[in-house]
Amino acid sequence: MTSTETLSGAEIVLRALKDQGVDVIFGYPGGAVLPIYDALFQQNAIRHILVRHEQAAVHAAEGYARSTGKVGVVLVTSGPGATNTVTGLVDALMDSIPVVCLTGQVPTHLIGNDAFQEADTTGITRPATKHNYLVKDVNALGRILHEAFYVARSGRPGPVVVDLPKDVLISRGVYQGMPATPHRSYRPVVDPDPHAIAQAVRILKSAKRPIVYAGGGVINSGPEASRLLTEFVHLTGFPCTNTLMGLGAFPGSDPQFLGMLGMHGTYEANLAMHGCDAMLNIGARFDDRVTGRLRDFSPHSLKIHADIDPSSINKNVRVDCAIVGDATRVLAALIAAWKADPTKPDTGALAAWWKQIDLWRSRDCLRYRQDASPKAVIKPQHAIKRLYEIARETGRDVFITTEVGQHQMWAAQFWKFERPNRWLTSGGLGTMGYGLPAAIGAQIAHPEALVIDIAGEASILMNIQEMSTLAQYRLPVKVFILNNEYMGMVRQWQELLHGGRYSESYSAALPDFVKLAESFHAVGLRAKSLGDLDGVIREMLAVDRAVIADICVDKHENCFPMIPSGAAHNEMILGPEDEAPSGAAQPGVTEEGMVLV
Amino acid sequence: MLKALSPAQDTSTRQAVIAVLVENEAGVLARVIGLFSGRGYNIDSLTVAPVDDEKQLSRITIVTSGTAMVIEQIKAQLDRLVPVHKVADLTMEGPHIARELALIKVAGTGEKRVEALRIADAFRARVVDATTESFVFEMTGATDKLDAFVALMRPLGLVEVSRTGIVAIARGPKGIDG
Ligand SMILES: Cc1cc2nc3c(=O)[nH]c(=O)nc-3n(C[C@H](O)[C@H](O)[C@H](O)COP(=O)(O)OP(=O)(O)OC[C@H]3O[C@@H](n4cnc5c(N)ncnc54)[C@H](O)[C@@H]3O)c2cc1C
Ligand SMILES: Cc1ncc(C[n+]2csc(CCOP(=O)(O)OP(=O)(O)O)c2C)c(N)n1
Ligand SMILES: [Mg+2]
Repeated sequence: MTSTETLSGAEIVLRALKDQGVDVIFGYPGGAVLPIYDALFQQNAIRHILVRHEQAAVHAAEGYARSTGKVGVVLVTSGPGATNTVTGLVDALMDSIPVVCLTGQVPTHLIGNDAFQEADTTGITRPATKHNYLVKDVNALGRILHEAFYVARSGRPGPVVVDLPKDVLISRGVYQGMPATPHRSYRPVVDPDPHAIAQAVRILKSAKRPIVYAGGGVINSGPEASRLLTEFVHLTGFPCTNTLMGLGAFPGSDPQFLGMLGMHGTYEANLAMHGCDAMLNIGARFDDRVTGRLRDFSPHSLKIHADIDPSSINKNVRVDCAIVGDATRVLAALIAAWKADPTKPDTGALAAWWKQIDLWRSRDCLRYRQDASPKAVIKPQHAIKRLYEIARETGRDVFITTEVGQHQMWAAQFWKFERPNRWLTSGGLGTMGYGLPAAIGAQIAHPEALVIDIAGEASILMNIQEMSTLAQYRLPVKVFILNNEYMGMVRQWQELLHGGRYSESYSAALPDFVKLAESFHAVGLRAKSLGDLDGVIREMLAVDRAVIADICVDKHENCFPMIPSGAAHNEMILGPEDEAPSGAAQPGVTEEGMVLV
Repeated sequence: MLKALSPAQDTSTRQAVIAVLVENEAGVLARVIGLFSGRGYNIDSLTVAPVDDEKQLSRITIVTSGTAMVIEQIKAQLDRLVPVHKVADLTMEGPHIARELALIKVAGTGEKRVEALRIADAFRARVVDATTESFVFEMTGATDKLDAFVALMRPLGLVEVSRTGIVAIARGPKGIDG
């Protein structure tokens, strides 16, 4: 576009958003961004969702982004508006979620003067973002905004902040549209090196005990990557495990799926990782929650790592074959190379490997004991299992978000995700308060879908004000609280690692969640014992309104299996239901492990 | 066929001279330094200056040290910064020349002053300022040569030293971008 027509900075912002295909933004107004709010008022193309806290605006944008594959957009004011976004930005950075966050700023001539509501937003958010910009010239605004979207979604996605001084929003300038030329310096490699692909196929074809370990990068790459992953796993007959962030990349009910791996992963997934002789990591980053003690991580395997971000490769774990590229293209290339390679895989060895895996599976590591009496205390696992089963009966498209804690892990263990983009959870940062606003973003993007926040009673209070947003936009989000009256995950660590000294982990003085729901114009339900559970779930799913379901669950249940920090995969602790051959020692926690979180 | 790498990792450290071609824009140095401090990497020396006005590029030379895995991480982390055009590990990519410039102030009279001047001459240091009781020497060279000169000046009335840190370039016809 080489028009010389001038627009105000605020108009340029909206024009650029429209050209980027943005139809909804999540925000909260204030003095420095009033020109943008004024321009928003005078148009209909972009819908603004008013949240109740700027942190929630970012999580809502993350929920929108993760459930659609598009970039989520946030608009907040200067100073406190911008600083309130920091937790959300780091959350998006850790979990590779594409977000563009527009922050107001004091006028350029006041920057550095400790002006009213001034904060050094680019300074504060530099390590909290993939990249950030301070726009000083209205004529550069269009170009910078388009670059921000490009950076947020390209390569390894992430959050980008664009800081907008008020004078830049008011002054007039020329709008530069979408750039026709590639970015000067940022051009991530997406096509894998064919030699690396060939080497990977050689390793996998000669494997006797292979495993595919797929992560969030497969989701980032788009639904085609999940389809290709499924095709590849079926083609090879290999077992497949997913990280917390990767759930849904491979169908949860597929017989070749071993469940999640890692700290609270399944027995079979972790022992298969430990015992494999060849590992294909695709779009996962060898997180410490997954590897456990590094020097004992999968000690006898040849490791292949495919990732779009070269800095993820050889960061924690040295690998034998590195493939830099986008997961979709890597998987397509692997499938083609596998088919073209005449070498016959060792099917006998693979069958023996599956036999071993089935033996591990038969341990049924997620088993729990639910007393069947209607008066019985509800086991949290059972609540999720029933929610899963009843939600499935409805045949609706279901999106699950979570808060952080035991309930999050049980959701990951018991929900079977058949498709990508349906599971929204804070993995890398582990942000309590993520689930409700993320559900808002998902529900805005998918108005017809069933969106459920599986929550803990402690976490939900961290962004509870967003109930008001649900009411304003009539969003029928379901908040399913597993109320154990404890910061259960903290209590569990205190029980296992700190001698049962439950320092400050009791959820005292809780609100009455039913009344709380009602005061926010939502429906409040409560299940006190097993007899109430199904009825409450059915009613929650039947009403076309926001619901808080307060599910009173066993206060003392712990989440197993568990690999204590600093332990190895084969040192997993199983639950009390496990009938381990006696003598199989439960590992203690080493001092080295104690310092880890 | 490949043999699985030993999980026990190589813990020996090496020094690396890394050249980084960056967009000449506000904040780029803060990004690079923030990366090093945020991730706990060492900076032994860092220099920066614009090198191409037309293309708006600056060149940063960083001397750092770490295990092979850490150095590889540092390069990958630098390379993913949006305004970074090119990262080159001069230590690994064949022979290179590394130079530093130092300004060294020495004060004294009599025998010590004569000795300082004599040594400066042997080291090819230039006198760029002189009073009856002091000299400022300018010296360019490899780091250890500068270190040696400064050490010799110490007993002869060394007042202060200002050094640029290393700038470096690969030997031969090829450029960093080629
Ligand atoms: C209480 C709690 C407990 C947890 N327990 C577990 C656990 O038991 N098990 C577990 O797995 N996690 C657990 N986590 C989550 C854990 O902290 C990490 O967030 C998670 O393991 C990281 O998942 P990932 O490796 O798939 O990487 P992600 O964080 O999803 O990163 C994606 C990777 O893929 C790459 N990538 C991005 N886009 C592409 C693309 N297009 N193509 C190719 N590659 C791409 C990225 O560069 C990156 O390396 C827990 C979190 C919490 C809060
Ligand atoms: C913002 C934030 N603060 C603190 C923590 C540490 N933390 C992790 S889990 C947890 C307890 C969560 O309790 P609850 O929401 O009731 O979930 P439960 O574990 O009981 O299911 C805490 C405090 C965190 N993850 N995030
Ligand atoms: Mg709780």
